[in-house]
Amino acid sequence: MVKIHKFVSCDPDLCTGCTVCEYACSLEKDGVFNPIRSRIRALRVYPSGNLAIACRMCEDAPCVIACPRDALQQSEEDGHIIVDEDKCNGCGWCVEACDFGAITVGPDKIAIVCDLCDGEPKCIDVCPVEALSLQSRETKARKSRISATAARILADAASEADK
Amino acid sequence: MKGYANNILYINLRTGKTKTEPLGEEMARKFLGGAGFGIKMITDYQRPNTDAFDPENPIVYSCGTFCGMMVSGSASKWGVAAKSPQSQGLGESYSTGFFGSELRRAGYDIVVVTGKAERPSYLYLEDDSVQILDASHLWGKNNWDTEDIIKSDLGDPGVRVASIGPAGEKLVRFSAIINDRLRAAGRTGMGAVMGSKNLKAVAVRGFNDVEVADVDGFKEMALEIYEKTKGPETEKYRNLGTAANVLTLNKQAAMPTRNWQDAVFEKADKISGEASNEMYVEKIQACDSCGMRCEHVAVVREGPFKGAIGRVEYEPSYAFGSCTGVDRPDAIVRAVQLCDLYGTDALSTGVVVAFAMEAYEKGIITKEDTGGIELEFGNAEGMCDMVEKIALREDIGDLLAEGVERAAAKLGKGSEKFAMHIKGVEMTGYDVRGLKTCALGYAVSRRGADHQRHGAYGPDLGGQVDRFKAEKGRGQLVIDGEDLYSVMDSLIICKFSRRIWDYESYAKMYTLATGIPMTAEEMRRCGERISNLGKIYNLREGIGREKDTLPIRCMTDPIKSGVAKGSLVTQEELDLLLDDYYETRGWSKEGIPSDAKLKELGLESYAGYLEDLKNTDSKKKSGKKKTTKKTKRD
Ligand code: SF4
Ligand code: SF4
Ligand code: SF4
Repeated sequence: MVKIHKFVSCDPDLCTGCTVCEYACSLEKDGVFNPIRSRIRALRVYPSGNLAIACRMCEDAPCVIACPRDALQQSEEDGHIIVDEDKCNGCGWCVEACDFGAITVGPDKIAIVCDLCDGEPKCIDVCPVEALSLQSRETKARKSRISATAARILADAASEADK
Repeated sequence: MKGYANNILYINLRTGKTKTEPLGEEMARKFLGGAGFGIKMITDYQRPNTDAFDPENPIVYSCGTFCGMMVSGSASKWGVAAKSPQSQGLGESYSTGFFGSELRRAGYDIVVVTGKAERPSYLYLEDDSVQILDASHLWGKNNWDTEDIIKSDLGDPGVRVASIGPAGEKLVRFSAIINDRLRAAGRTGMGAVMGSKNLKAVAVRGFNDVEVADVDGFKEMALEIYEKTKGPETEKYRNLGTAANVLTLNKQAAMPTRNWQDAVFEKADKISGEASNEMYVEKIQACDSCGMRCEHVAVVREGPFKGAIGRVEYEPSYAFGSCTGVDRPDAIVRAVQLCDLYGTDALSTGVVVAFAMEAYEKGIITKEDTGGIELEFGNAEGMCDMVEKIALREDIGDLLAEGVERAAAKLGKGSEKFAMHIKGVEMTGYDVRGLKTCALGYAVSRRGADHQRHGAYGPDLGGQVDRFKAEKGRGQLVIDGEDLYSVMDSLIICKFSRRIWDYESYAKMYTLATGIPMTAEEMRRCGERISNLGKIYNLREGIGREKDTLPIRCMTDPIKSGVAKGSLVTQEELDLLLDDYYETRGWSKEGIPSDAKLKELGLESYAGYLEDLKNTDSKKKSGKKKTTKKTKRD
């Protein structure tokens, strides 16, 4: 059976850039507030592009492959990246391997990455505008197909009306 | 004590010396943060009667109590205080965005800057490292470029920058400090104080943890607050934003129009929140930690103001809309953007332009003075051009850059009768002639014309009182508002979330965060203490009862149309309101806090500043006119 992994996905149209997800994640994981401890990071590109990014649970995860010490492993269960804290020495090869900046080396010099909070993602709970949700690539792609088709139909209808 | 970084940083730009000192629990408990810290520090560290542009005039940046913490809309609120170049009294202003949390994580609650740097400089604070860096290449640059260049020079896009634009460099008296592009510490000219110190920007980066005392309790309460931010109490700000006020206030004949010649703008529907949201707002986004979101980012895609980007809010819609008679939202967006780029306070700037428009129409200034601009009310392009001229001090802009009070004093010819300011600070957008509780709030506001010290339009517009009547009891309403707002500006909690908080919940959150026990009553006391210290500072700097007044026009020209037609505030009414307010405050007739009041608030050590004034006060009463002060000075 093919296992389809889900990850925390952010809708940029909804995201306000408030970083509440960062606060909640660092509080959950380390009991303090500090964005550099958060496994999800919100970003604003001026003037108003907003997006929060967490691990995508890639298949054949590049971060796992890149780690020279075999400190990373991918969970069979849900696809999250498991960091072996004894093996990880904070070298940062995984950071360079990830295209999304989803894995970082935290202040304790150990790689940190989203672990889906044992199935109860705190960031999703707290996001004030419900911009975050668990998505698989399949559901995400389907949604994109639907909106693209809808836009297309609307555009056609509009040009019909123009005639 | 948790929450706080427990650290005050002092920097002298002249000597390059820096030092730190612990904040201490007493300071935290008595003054909270933000406004409390700012007012306390300038009162303690500024020599009495220092000029705002004196190099030794300290400028104080402070974190709100909850900076860096998950408290809705509160994590990045920061304040700045200094002697104001406009009022030569208390200057204070607050901003948001993402600068404050970075400052807290860098490990500071307060940063005090004195002295003037020899050449253009900026500060870079990264945790323990404090550097004064060369800003020659930034001088003359607008705020957005300055932020970009500093981030790229330092090689870190995570750096946060609070900077001044060309206006601050040129000492335009109502210059703002801008951070995160769209956020301003706008009022009372704090940007000009930075300019006078050759200080282009403060850049910060912080990597420290922010810890709270009771993690579980804090989390529970923080999440409750987030739930509430989704409720009806904050709905307005999530939808139309403050711009919703355009139609509301206009209907109430409270939207000052054409430099306060009237209070109803016949074209309000064109500049309403509804209209600008529909046409220009592309995104509503949030500040650091905010669960509400209110930042309405407007982008103009076509027409003469194509390319303009700015925030849509009520106050600029007044200042650059009704007050200048301009009915184009795209022009308002452009004017706001110019203020963000050049670094002036959008409110003051709009009122200054409106003043110039009236002077132009009355022939007091001419086309020659304006450099060819036909500065009539309603001229949208002319308004935007004038904003640039003011920021760069070109043509009549040089005089207007001094603000309406000083410009009118120079121009004469009756122009002081339509110079809309209190204590040298231009009026914000509530027409106080038909809002009499609010009129008192404005008159006594410690930072000059302002609705944000008290929110006293609330009882008037909410129908809690007869808005057209001046009567006893209004003093208490204004005091309640002032003390509450002093707390809000110290914790710094976003005013847009005020309806989901009360003293009880402020105190509870405070204790959960800091571990310092605090009751609702103690919290209220903090507000009263901070309000009183602000007053003491102003009295010490020579701002007494005679300055607790309204613009001449508000007391002589009645509102011409709408439901408030015929309203104004007479001197008699104002005196009645002031007497009531002072008495309820526990102050003398001249507005001087009594010894008993000082003692009650733990402010006894400031009594010395009031001694001279009290003598003057009693001499005045016995008919010997104010001689004490003069002889003292000689
Ligand atoms: S909490 Fe939600 S809206 Fe805020 S930054 Fe994170 S994803 Fe975006
Ligand atoms: S950390 Fe990056 S590379 Fe690794 S699985 Fe997550 S998204 Fe993929
Ligand atoms: S699911 Fe949990 S670990 Fe992952 S980003 Fe959200 S809060 Fe952090």
